[in-house]
Amino acid sequence: MTALQDRPAPPSVKEEQPYVDPVANRHTGRWLAVVLAVWLVGWAVFKGQDTLAVGFQDLTAFHRWLNDLSDQIQLAAAQGNWFFDGVIGSISDALNAIVSWAQELISTPAFPRPVPEIGWLGVAALLTWIGYAVAGLRPALLVLATVLAFGFLGYWQDSLDTLIITVLAVLICCLIGLPLGIAMARRRSVSAVVTPVLDLMQTMPAFAYLAPLALFFGIGSAAAVVCTLIYSLPPLVRITEHGLRSVPGTTVEAAASLGVSRGQLLRQVQLPMARRTIVVGINQCTMAALSMATIAAFVNSPGLGKPVIAALQSLDVGAAAVSGMAIVLCAIMLDRTTTAASERSEKQSRGSVASVGRPGVVLMTVVLEKLPRWASEEQRGRRARPSPLFRRVLLALTFVPVLVAIYLSRQYLGLANFPASVNIGPQLADAVNTFTNSFVDAVDTFTNAFKNLISYGLLNPLQSLLGESPWWLMAPVLVAVAFVLGGWRPAVVTVVCEAVIFGTGLWHDSMVTLTMTLVATVMVMVIAMVLGVGMGRNRRVDTVTRPVLDTFQTIPPFVYLVPALALFGSSRFTAIVAAMAYAIPIATKLVADGIRGVSPTTVEAARSAGITARQMIMKVQLPMAREATVLATNQGLLYVLSMVVIGGMVGGGSLGYLVVSGFSQTQLFGKGLAAGIAITALGIMLDRIARYTAARMGRG
Amino acid sequence: MGMTRGTRRLRLAVVAASAAVVLAACGGGNIKESDTSAAGGKDCGDFNIAVNPWTGYVSNAHLVGYVAKTKLGCKVAYQDVKEEVGWQGMAKGSIDTIVENWGHPDLVKKYIDEQKTVVDAGLTGSNGIIGWYVPPWMAEKYPDITSWKNLNKYADLFKTSESGGKGQLLDGDPSYVTNDEALVKNLNLDYKVVTGGSEAALIQSFRSAEKNKKPLLAYFYEPQWFFSEMKLVKVNLPPYKPGCDADPEKVACDYPPYKLNKLISKKFDESGSPAVDLVKNFTISNDDQNLVSTDIAEKKMDPEEAAKKWVEANPDKVDEWLK
Repeated sequence: MTALQDRPAPPSVKEEQPYVDPVANRHTGRWLAVVLAVWLVGWAVFKGQDTLAVGFQDLTAFHRWLNDLSDQIQLAAAQGNWFFDGVIGSISDALNAIVSWAQELISTPAFPRPVPEIGWLGVAALLTWIGYAVAGLRPALLVLATVLAFGFLGYWQDSLDTLIITVLAVLICCLIGLPLGIAMARRRSVSAVVTPVLDLMQTMPAFAYLAPLALFFGIGSAAAVVCTLIYSLPPLVRITEHGLRSVPGTTVEAAASLGVSRGQLLRQVQLPMARRTIVVGINQCTMAALSMATIAAFVNSPGLGKPVIAALQSLDVGAAAVSGMAIVLCAIMLDRTTTAASERSEKQSRGSVASVGRPGVVLMTVVLEKLPRWASEEQRGRRARPSPLFRRVLLALTFVPVLVAIYLSRQYLGLANFPASVNIGPQLADAVNTFTNSFVDAVDTFTNAFKNLISYGLLNPLQSLLGESPWWLMAPVLVAVAFVLGGWRPAVVTVVCEAVIFGTGLWHDSMVTLTMTLVATVMVMVIAMVLGVGMGRNRRVDTVTRPVLDTFQTIPPFVYLVPALALFGSSRFTAIVAAMAYAIPIATKLVADGIRGVSPTTVEAARSAGITARQMIMKVQLPMAREATVLATNQGLLYVLSMVVIGGMVGGGSLGYLVVSGFSQTQLFGKGLAAGIAITALGIMLDRIARYTAARMGRG
Repeated sequence: MGMTRGTRRLRLAVVAASAAVVLAACGGGNIKESDTSAAGGKDCGDFNIAVNPWTGYVSNAHLVGYVAKTKLGCKVAYQDVKEEVGWQGMAKGSIDTIVENWGHPDLVKKYIDEQKTVVDAGLTGSNGIIGWYVPPWMAEKYPDITSWKNLNKYADLFKTSESGGKGQLLDGDPSYVTNDEALVKNLNLDYKVVTGGSEAALIQSFRSAEKNKKPLLAYFYEPQWFFSEMKLVKVNLPPYKPGCDADPEKVACDYPPYKLNKLISKKFDESGSPAVDLVKNFTISNDDQNLVSTDIAEKKMDPEEAAKKWVEANPDKVDEWLK
């Protein structure tokens, strides 16, 4: 991940942009104005007709059909159907058994013992040693500190449960993903078949597949592992494929001319050379898995997601902050360890993988940058590398105290249960709550006024425009916008996606969700431009701002919901605020990188012409950084959409709320699933329009 | 070379980790193994209790769980699930009991009558009320607001940024039992249902409405500890008559008085676990439940601690459950 961040982002994403012929002056602005004018007139005349708005409890035939399907599957599973009970049931049982075995080993009481098989001392020693073995001394110390922090924060068991789910999902990912990635790299046909599936997996909001998975696998660990798996597999497969493809053709030819077989070529040339890239893939996969393992608490997954959800239900900002902190620490630990592990292998062309980790609509990859960097920096160069034999002896020797620690932790209760006396979690939570309460009391009037300003001033009028236009007006307007901005390809995609949304029977709700996404994106971009320009122009601003952005990116998305809820109550605006918190960092960084990327000679030339700072920004730097800005908008839009869905839990309403409800009310199961499909369609539509627009504007 | 060294290291790590596991498995240990048969008699084993997202339920769950753990030696696990997911869990066998069920005639039909995977385990003894409530100051200032017929007169008061020009009716968790959308439609009320998201959100809204004298109309329910802090006033909807809520889309009457009950999975019922009888015998009055809930929600006591406190203060009532 470090490698991904070490180079400026725009070029990396640029590779992903579809190629569009540069055409001089398309009069984009003029055409957009025409579309807008037609739309406004149509809206004024036909407002409120054919909006396809449906009541919350109203179901279409399609929703009922999905409900019936769910009932039949449940019944089939109960009656011992070979597939649902036999195949899926066995997978589910196996996963549950593995998880509960691991839990009894390290986190939950191994009945009839009152404590797990290995107590906290043993677990801490073992994990530290593993950190040392795979990544080195510094990451090992970080592991130790993090693991102890789990205990100090009072989330020992939940943290280890999260680790278990994450690690298990990543292991299965490697079992499936590595061979798949290899197959894709070797055969174009496999790649052609699998890539669209990966696209879909990444665009589908995690929230949408939780309910169907719970239907198949039952609630609990099995469903949690499977949804974490689905979410974290695509980055690994893509990066593996890319890593193997990036092995220079000359090297492969040289090897081939020596007469090696395909298998030898793979094992002895391609895999070793792509090794570092593949480890980066595992890193990405791990971070995605961790992020999803928290959300999986919605299907009753054990782990740190549970206290976060509980905090959301009891409006307990303190508890959310403390459990969020444990998740962040866990993320830092996993990231630093896997990064250090990858840096141990031969230095290869850095950053060759950057283009693969495209944040799909809901790829909530946790991005870590300038957090404790020392943890992964090896002192290579300063000291000679120890010989392999020496290392093995060293590892074997250091394992002796680990064994002693495990033994002791089985003997003494104080070494088995993390001592409650040093648990500072509750005090920390209390402190945060006291602060939040006084803060909320103090700014209550202001935040509400702000919420009302945005809601009445921007959100409601726009929602009226999008939601109350007849569908037969709205649909062509969207297609026209797609065509004007991106050309005929995104226009075709838009038509298809619109048809899907229409088919789900949730046209109106989709338009409401679209409104929220647009409003949030506008606000994200306003802030990102201000911050980004500041950061791009001034190193000092950058130094101060960047760590804050990094921290925001590390916090799992739905932890944001709790403070947003405390500040703004339950409303669409709350969901928008949470989405902004999630999307601003990535958009700001892209803008900042773009501004900095403007050639110094140009800036110098402009300066010598004697222009003001304002002119410099407006006339030189922003126009020159247009590509980065458009890309920032693209990414911001996608991040926002993924978060607006989760915002359904804090009053976001529309599609997100339907997904949440579908998950908790049987008669809404079908409707929730349909909402998931609609969100996916909306996501693909926005993604394609934004990408083609970015490609065009970037070159324009 | 990097490859081989890495592989070797990995192999070593695996060997060492397995050694640790083996050691852990056979390391004896003098930590006292807890008694499986503390209360003497049958072996209890696993006991999975569903925990639904409102405080009254949490109280019930932890009362049953605490007694099962300390008196019967069960290995109790609490599963945080929404109501219907809990039913599904019982059908699948991953959940053993729901200790406060609010009606759900559709689910009763599906799981108890048709699939026969869930069994009714008797009443809890608490009485449930669901309705629409206003904060005390509103009932004082607008005495006639307590009749649904006057709600449209006051609709303007309840407008918010979320209610699209209509009055706002604030609902709770999306999983709660509710007919509110249908009621608003069928009673021709000029209101829009807006979801607050949770019990805590509703309570927070009532507190803030009373403090700032802001209008609020919201879905709420009893048994509910919050009534000891604030005497909310219920708005009377057209009176409930048996059968008037048969079609969820055509409901135009108040919520029925609920006799809350308990459920166990068929599989658990037949398992012979002593916890089956505990669940069947478990009863609790609204007042007792509110005592525990207040400790949990208001005094931020750990549910386990709150349950322990009540159990120790009421040994005779607990003995009734263990008969």
